[in-house]
Formats: sequence, C-alpha cells, structure tokens
Amino acid sequence: MAEITYLEGIRQALFEEMERDPNVFCLGEDIGAYGGAFKVTEGLQSRFGEQRVIDTPISEIAIVGAAAGAAHMGLRPVCEMQFIDFISCAYDMLTNYVATARYRAMLPCPMVVRGPSGGYVRGGPFHSQNPEAAFLHTPGLKIVYPSTVADAKGLMKAAIRDDDCVLFFEHKYLYRRIKEDLPAGDHVVPIGKARLAREGKDLSIVTYAATVWKALEAAEQLEREDGLSVEVLDLRTLLPMDDAAIVATVRKTNRVLIVHEDTRTGGIAGEITSRINEQAFEWLDAPVLRVTAADVPLPYAPSLEDFVLPQTADIVRAARQLARY
Amino acid sequence: MPAKRTPARDSGGVGQAPTGTGIPRITPGNGIAGGAAHDAGDGSTALTREQRLELYYYMRLTRSLEERLVNLYRQTKVVGGLFRSLGQEADAVGSAYALDRRKGDILSPLIRNLGSMLVQGARPAEILRQYMAKGDSPTRGRELNIHYGDLVRGFVGQISHLGDMVPVMAGVTLSFKMRGEDRVGLVYVGDGATSTGAFHEGLNFAAVQRCPLVVVVENNGYAYSTPVEKQTAARSFVVKAVGYGIAGERADGNDVVATYEATKRAVDRARAGGGVSLIELVTYRRKGHAEHDNQSYVPPGEIERWERENDPLDRYSRVLVERDGVTATDLGAIDARVQNEIDVATDDASAAPMPDGRDALNGVYADPAVADSLWFRSGVDAAVTTHERPAAWGTHDG
Repeated sequence: MAEITYLEGIRQALFEEMERDPNVFCLGEDIGAYGGAFKVTEGLQSRFGEQRVIDTPISEIAIVGAAAGAAHMGLRPVCEMQFIDFISCAYDMLTNYVATARYRAMLPCPMVVRGPSGGYVRGGPFHSQNPEAAFLHTPGLKIVYPSTVADAKGLMKAAIRDDDCVLFFEHKYLYRRIKEDLPAGDHVVPIGKARLAREGKDLSIVTYAATVWKALEAAEQLEREDGLSVEVLDLRTLLPMDDAAIVATVRKTNRVLIVHEDTRTGGIAGEITSRINEQAFEWLDAPVLRVTAADVPLPYAPSLEDFVLPQTADIVRAARQLARY
Repeated sequence: MPAKRTPARDSGGVGQAPTGTGIPRITPGNGIAGGAAHDAGDGSTALTREQRLELYYYMRLTRSLEERLVNLYRQTKVVGGLFRSLGQEADAVGSAYALDRRKGDILSPLIRNLGSMLVQGARPAEILRQYMAKGDSPTRGRELNIHYGDLVRGFVGQISHLGDMVPVMAGVTLSFKMRGEDRVGLVYVGDGATSTGAFHEGLNFAAVQRCPLVVVVENNGYAYSTPVEKQTAARSFVVKAVGYGIAGERADGNDVVATYEATKRAVDRARAGGGVSLIELVTYRRKGHAEHDNQSYVPPGEIERWERENDPLDRYSRVLVERDGVTATDLGAIDARVQNEIDVATDDASAAPMPDGRDALNGVYADPAVADSLWFRSGVDAAVTTHERPAAWGTHDG
C-alpha cells in the first residue's frame, strides 16, 4: 500500500472504473496522448485506446452535449474541462439539456463533468475559479468537491456509477500537495454524505475543498492558543447537501462558521445559513458567520490573490469573534 | 420577393470532398445531387407504390393533426402555444422516411418536424395529450407540444435552445460508432439554429469523429420574424458543409420524393462509414412562429403564392395521380382513415386526466427519486414550530 496523491486518486478511479465497466469513456481537450493539462488522464489512452479516451476540439458545448447523447444510449462518459473555468461555456447544455433530461423526457444522463478548480495557485481570473454555486441552483445536477485523497478517489467512483450527471470539482492546489495511504480494494464514497474532519464541542466550521485544510490549521491554532475545541465538517457533496450532518454539528456546538473559497454574494454559505435558520434556529447561540473570498474576480499577483482568498488567519479571527459572542 | 424564397424546384449540390478552396456552385445537377450518388449504401432510392402512398399518409396525418390542434387551441384545450408546420410537411416526412427503423436509426426533430416523429411511430393521441398537458402524456405534463422522445421508437426529445440537439445527436451517433452498430442518426435544425454556437460545435465535433450523422437544415425562410438574409451572409446553408469538410446537398423540401432521395443518399453514406452530411431542404413557413404570430413582417402576397404554387400535399397528390396511377378515391380513403384516427385520438386525449400536482416532485433524479416537498405545501406547521427545542434556549424552555 503506497502513498498516493489527490491527483493519483482521481486517475486511479478513472482507470479502475474504465477497467470495470466498458461503457465508461473519457472525452476532453488534450486528454489522450498528452494525458491532460494536469496529467489526470495520463496513461489512459495507451491502455484503453483512442475510442475510449477521446481528444476533442476546443468545444465545451459539444463535449458536454455529446456526452449527454452517449449517456442516453447507455454509455457513461467522463468529460474533462481543461480548467473548470471553462465549464461556463457549457452552462446552457448542462443546465437546460442535461439537468432536465430525466425529468422532462425520462432520458437518463449518467455522466461526469470534472475539472481542475480553485485558487491559491497564481492562476489569475480564468484559471482559478470556483463556479460551484452557479450550478447549485439547478435541480437535476449533483455537485461534489472532495478535499482528501480517499474522497477524491471514492467520490469519483461514486460519480461515475451514479445514474445522473455529477459535476466533479477537483482542487488543483491539492492535486500534488496531499498524500494518503488508501486501503486496498474498491473504495467508493457515497454522494450526499458529509465527513467530520475533526471533532470539537465549542464551535463548528462547515466547509469543503481546499479550505478544509485551512480550517483544520485554524482549529489547531485555536486549541493551542485559546483552548477552543473546534469541529470541522467537510461537506464533500454540495448537491444534494447533507442537512442532517449540518444540523447535527449545530446542535452539538451551537456556533457555526461557514468557510468557502468562492466569493461571498450568492455563495453556498448563504444557502447553508438559510438551512440552519430553517432547521436548527433554536440551537444557535450566535449568528452564523462566514469567511469567504471578497466579491472580486480573482487577481493574479500573489499579494492580491492572498488578500482576496480566505486565509487561516481569517478563519482564526472569525472563530474567535464567534466564540466570544 | 427575394430570389432565395422562391420555390426551389431545382436541387443543386455541393461536392463531397473538401479539397477545393473556391465557393461551390449551387447549380442544378452539380456535385452529388443526382443519380451518381445512388451507388452509396444499398444503391437505390426507388420507392414502391405502397411506400409512396405511405409518404402521402404521413403528410396528410401531419396536416390534419395540426388542423385538429388549431381547433383544440381555440377551445383553450391546448394550454400552451401551438406550432404549425403547414407547408413543410414534405421535408419532415420525406427526410425521416430515409431512415431505417428496423435498424434502430434515431432522429431528433425540431418544432416543425411533427411529421418526422409520426414516421418514427409517434401516435396522434400522444401528440394531443402532450399539447393538452395530460397526466398520461409522454412527459406526464412536464413538457409542451412535440417536445418528447422515445429511444425505442427512435426519436429524442428536443429542447427550446436551438442548436443544442446537434451536439446531443453527435453523442448518440458517437455511441453507434463506438459500439460498431449499424445505425444512423439524423438531427433537424432550422435556418435560425445554424447561427448558434451549439450548431457549430456539434457539427464540427461530429465531423471530426466521423459520426454516422445527417444534419438537416430546414430552410423555411424565417426564424420567428427574422428572414434568412439577416441570419447569414452565406448564399445558401449547404455551402457551410465545405467549411466542416463534410458532404452537402441541397434539395427542394416541398418535394417529398426529392427530400427523401437527398436524405437517403446521406443516410447511406453515413451507414457506409462516410461520416456526416449536411442536407439543406428549402421550404417555406406559411404560418407564424406560433399560432399567436400575425406575420406582419411577411411581404404581401408571399404566403399566398407559396400556398397556391407550392403546397407540398397538392404537388404530391398530382404526382401520385398523374405518374403512379393513384386515383382520387385512393387518396380519399387515406384522408378518411387519417380523419378517423384523429377523431379517435381526440376522444382519447380529451378524456385523459390532468396530472396530479404532487407528481411534479418525482423524477428529477434517479436517487433521490422524489424531491422534498416544501413545508408550506406539506400540510404541516411551519418547520420551525416542529423542532425540538433545547431546554436552555433563550426565553423558551421547550
């Protein structure tokens, strides 16, 4: 059992699912001989051939639309967006065609749209985005965004096996920075279930993706310096959202800080806050607070990007405020 | 009247190979249109007398069914908009007839291709239930008009976003290719949809992948109120085939046999591994975009001229009588059969129940199969009043 990276976890999931099920195939830009911009599909074409690992023109509408058509016919396509920023080019196809297919036409659309997401990498406005909230509002889609190697692999397998369209956000900052030993055998993580990343009793941080690691850093610092016991809930799946896990942590600590890397207005923190309001209002001892990116396009310069994105120090500051309330 | 909206009696064609750099000449007898292309596929586009009468049946069924829908629309039994294909019945029926249902060919219609769905096996009662939003309509009241599909019978339901079905059908036919199946797909777009990004991306993708796909551009002169001259600077739609490196052919969409033959050549080519073809069918939209549209943007006399000189059913009836020895009695019998089918279907659809409101929550996902009902629709108290309260919370004590 060897240590593998987050990226290798995803690659292994693709490889194993393509071995397991001949209906699974990949399509995207530069994913074949080149192995993808980040090498997530490296080695797949030499193993499975050009028919199952398809290099496409620069056409996100066609990639997603063709995947939908193939999915209707019983195949299970996995689309790569070279950077998830480009998923907006296929927004119409995803929200109008794919997301409604089962409901309006009883047409199954089992497919995955995956891609490198997120900032902290000096990628600038068009190689750093977190567009998950833009799709949270669309019934018919599922959204996952793992933070660990085990979840990256296990959720990719679940996404490929799911009978509906799953948007699979991969955090590119985590691709090669985190490593884990994975248990042998078929590792599948169910969609729709959050993960308790750290247990605590004084306050809860609800988050997902790269900021899970910043929340864990903050929790350690708060314990060390303030004696606070901080719980960290990693949502893993954003749609459908694990309300039960959110309510459970609210009931336990009565104070909630929501952290995400995406911008604030219309971000997922607002939705989580509303659900807490509807389902656990009486259990709160303080208003729900949020730490997010500022409402600006993500700039390139390190000093600018670091200023805009949530940092560990921001989480610590907000958590202290919440604990004092 | 602009020349390109005159009845296109002569079908021109564009050469198959994307070798030349010059603009192809759209002249009668040029390129692949004509006898030479009959060598592709099964080598024949000849129709039996029975098949020729079947074409007539589907065209008549299309027209009469839409006429019945007009009546139901005026009685407010059609709860949404009504879209007619008056004057375009030949291009939908003739092109769809070129597919082979026994082999499992699949098409994706557009809003004026009711005829193509009937050819694939859609039945009048389904169409009527769709328009009347009945609970046992093919989409259980979720979608309107002819927006529905059935993969078993070989048609995929369209959405309103024009051009989107081109990438989708690229994927359907990609699956045929990947599995080595002997099947062909056909997708309809109008003149307006050729301006969308989805049309371009899907057609280019399918061309590169050499998918067994026929793209039919139904040029009926208008996209809503916008005439073709404001849709494209190209002299025709078939010339676009050259830019994608695919075969193209232009045919008279109001001649059902010419439409069938041009499409059949493309279908045979696709089945033989020759990849994508673009077929431009020239026709004319005699009704507005939908039933509410008064067509004030149409030059005076234009609609009447097409009705008088180039009605596809009139033209085809004459051909059947003059060339195939079909009698007026034969055609009358078909008309009566169509009328009877529509009467029965109308009774059937009228009696069908509307969907139960709560069915709206079913089937967004495979899992979960039912969406959550909102608390104010669930017949329970406000969600907050049903919560168990912590004993020590504020002024409440549970």
